[in-house]
Amino acid sequence: MRKILVTLLFLLFGTSAFADCNIKSGSINILANDFPALRTFVETSKQCKGSADFKVTHSSEHNKIAVPALTANPSEFSARIAANSSIVPLMNQDLIRPLDDLVKKYGKGIQDSQLITIDGKVMAVAFMANTQHLYYREDVLKDLGIAVPKTYEEVVAASEKIRASGKMQYPYAAAYKAGWNLAEEFVNMFIGHGGEFFKAGGAQPNINNAKGVATLNMLKKLSELSNPDYLTHDSEAIKVEWESGNVALMTLWASRSGTLLDDEGDPNITKATKLTGPATVGGGNIPAATLWWDGFTLAKNRSDADAEATFRALAHAASNKKMVADAADQAVWLVEGFVPGPKSIGVIEAVKMRAKPYPMLPQMGLMHGALGSEIVEFLQGKESAEQALKDVEAAYISKAKEQGFL
Amino acid sequence: MPNKTFFWFFLPTGLAMILFIGLPIISTGIQSFYAQHDQVVKEVKKCDPFGCTVSIVVNNEETTKLREAKPLGKFNGFGTYVDRNHLAIDEIKKFWNETESFGAFVDQVTNLPFYKALIFTLTYCLFVTPNVLLLGFIIALSLNAVARKIRGPLIFGTILPMIVTPLVGSLVLFWMIDSQGIIGANIQNLMNDPYLSLKSSKTLTWITIIIYGIWHHSPFAFVVFYAALQTVPQEPVEAAIIDGASRFQRIKHIVLPHIYPVVTFVALISLMDNFRVFEPIIGFSAEGSAQSLSWLIYDNLVNEEVILFGSAAATSMMTIVGIAILLAPVLIRTWKEFKTAR
Repeated sequence: MRKILVTLLFLLFGTSAFADCNIKSGSINILANDFPALRTFVETSKQCKGSADFKVTHSSEHNKIAVPALTANPSEFSARIAANSSIVPLMNQDLIRPLDDLVKKYGKGIQDSQLITIDGKVMAVAFMANTQHLYYREDVLKDLGIAVPKTYEEVVAASEKIRASGKMQYPYAAAYKAGWNLAEEFVNMFIGHGGEFFKAGGAQPNINNAKGVATLNMLKKLSELSNPDYLTHDSEAIKVEWESGNVALMTLWASRSGTLLDDEGDPNITKATKLTGPATVGGGNIPAATLWWDGFTLAKNRSDADAEATFRALAHAASNKKMVADAADQAVWLVEGFVPGPKSIGVIEAVKMRAKPYPMLPQMGLMHGALGSEIVEFLQGKESAEQALKDVEAAYISKAKEQGFL
Repeated sequence: MPNKTFFWFFLPTGLAMILFIGLPIISTGIQSFYAQHDQVVKEVKKCDPFGCTVSIVVNNEETTKLREAKPLGKFNGFGTYVDRNHLAIDEIKKFWNETESFGAFVDQVTNLPFYKALIFTLTYCLFVTPNVLLLGFIIALSLNAVARKIRGPLIFGTILPMIVTPLVGSLVLFWMIDSQGIIGANIQNLMNDPYLSLKSSKTLTWITIIIYGIWHHSPFAFVVFYAALQTVPQEPVEAAIIDGASRFQRIKHIVLPHIYPVVTFVALISLMDNFRVFEPIIGFSAEGSAQSLSWLIYDNLVNEEVILFGSAAATSMMTIVGIAILLAPVLIRTWKEFKTAR
C-alpha cells in the first residue's frame, strides 16, 4: 500500500520536479538486461521523455534478442543497453551507429571518460562499472581466526578450514552453471594467471598451455569446496545459498550486492556480509577478475529522429547527479558526482589493482561459448585438464572457421 | 474415400504443410551448406572507462561489400557437416589410427559434441519409448477395469503430467531433487551420504531426465490406448472367458492384436517426440551432463553471442535424417501392411 502511495505521489509531483528535456517527437524503445541499477537508469531517462513514445524491455535474455531485433529494418529497439561483451556482436554486424554528433549536440553532462570510442568514433556511452569480487562472512572468518583472503589460494585454504571446523559443508560459492557463467569464471581465472586467449595478432586460440591447466586446476579445487550442484548454480542461485547461510566465501557480481544486502532475509547474515576486492591467483599481481562497463548504444536501423530522441533521454540519465546520489547503493556509477559507498568496494579495489577489462574482441564470444561446454567434463573428473583444453580449442576452431575468423 | 475426394480434403492441410514445414526445411537445408564470409578485420584503438588498447574489430565496409555480392555466405558444401562439432570425420579417422584399444577409440569419439549428444538422445529414446508404451498400456488396462463412477476423475489425474507444461513439470522435479529438496534430501538420508547429489552426477542426471520423460509421455500413450480399448469387441472376450482363458491370455491373444495398429502409431509418435528431447535439459539445468541434438541446435542459435546459423542448420538436417532412420523399420512395416490390406 505504501508503495502504491509513493508511486502515486511520484506520478503527481515527480513529473514537475524533474525538468523534461523538451523532446517533441520520436519514439524511444530500449532493450536492457534486468537488474536494479539498469531499472533505475531507464526510469531516470523516462523522466525526460517529453512527448516522445517511451517503451522498455528489461530481460535477462537480452543477449538472445539483441542481434535479431536490431537487424530488422526499422529495428525493434532504438537503443540497447550493452556491456563490453554484448557490444561486440552489434559491432560485428554493424548494427549500432556512431554517436559523435549527438554527444556534441546533447551530451553536455557526459564525461569524456564515459565515452567508448572505437577507431575514433563514439559507439557507446558507459554509465556504470561492474566486476566479480569476493564476499565474505565476517563472523565465520573471525570465529576461526582466518584473515580475509587476498588470493584464491587463501580462499581455498580458508574454505578447507571452515569445512574442517564443521561449520559449513560447502563454504565456497561462485556461479559455475555450465555455459556462459562457467566460461566467465574461466575467463577471470585465466586472466588472473596472466593468460592471453589468442595468439598475437590473430584469432588462433592460445589456452592449451600451463596457464590454462593452472586455471582449470584452481577452478576444480574451488568447485570441490562448493555445493555439489555447482554446475546448475547461476548468480541468483548462489545468492540464495548465501542468504540461507550455507556459504562463507563467494565470488559474485558487484551489481548484485544491492539485493544481497537489502532488508530481506536473515538480518544476522546480512550484517556479517562484507565485501572486498577480487582475489589474485597463482602469485599474479592483477586480480582474477574482469572489469565490465554497462553503457547505451543506439540502433543503426532506426530513423535519425528516433535516435535523437533516444539519445537525449538516455544522456539525461547518463549525466544525472541526482540519480547517482539517490541510487549510490545500486551500482558503481561512472557518472559525474558519484560518491562511492561501501557497496562499491569491490569494483574500486579491482580498478586499483589494475584488473583487465573483459576482452572486446570479435571472436571472443565463440571462445566463451566453447569454454562453457567443454570444460565441464574436467570438473566432473572425467577428463584431464590438457584434454579439456584441447577440446575447447578444437570446438572453438570449428566455430571460428564457420564464422570466417580462421 | 475416392482419391479425388481425398485430394480436395487434404489440399488445405497439404498447402499449409508445404508452406510452414516443407519450405523452411528446404531453406534450412540450403543454409547448412553455407558458412560466413571470411571476416575482414582491422586494428583500431579502443577506449573505454578503464583505458585504451589497440585491438581488432570487424571491418564493416568490406564485410558489407562481401555480403552484398553473396548474401548467402561462402559456399561450404558438406564442410559444416563433417567439421569437428558435427560428424567429425577427420577426427574419427585420426582417433582410429592413434588409439590402441577399441575402448579408447570409443572414449575419444564420445567426447565429440555431436556424438555425445547423439548418444544421450538415443539412450533417452531407447529407455523412454518402450517404458511409455508399457506404462501407458498398463494404466489404460487398469483404468478400464475400475468402476465407471470414479473413472472420470482418475483419467483426469492420469493425464495431468501431459497437461503440465514440460518446462514447469521439469522445474518442479528439479527443485524436488535439489540436495535440500524433498527427494534429494531423503535420498541422501537413505544412502547415508551427505555429498550425494542427483544433479552433479552424470548417470543420475540421465536417470532423472529419463524418469521425467516417462512420467511426462505416459499419459499420451494411455489416452490413445484407453480409447482403443473401448473398441475391443466383447464377444470374443466373453468366449475366451468361457473357454477358461486367463486375464493375461485374453490380453495377449485378443486385446493386443486388436489394438496393434494403435500401438504402432503411439510408438512412432513417441519415438519422434523423444528424439527431439529438449525441455527437460533446460528445466533441469542439465547442460553440463546431458546434451541432446535439439539442445545443440539451441546452443548454436542462442548461447553464443555470435549466432552459428550454418551449424544449427546442419544439426537440424541431421536430426531429420536421424528421425527418418529411427522410424524406417516401423514405416516399412506399416507400408507393407497397407499394401497387403489392399
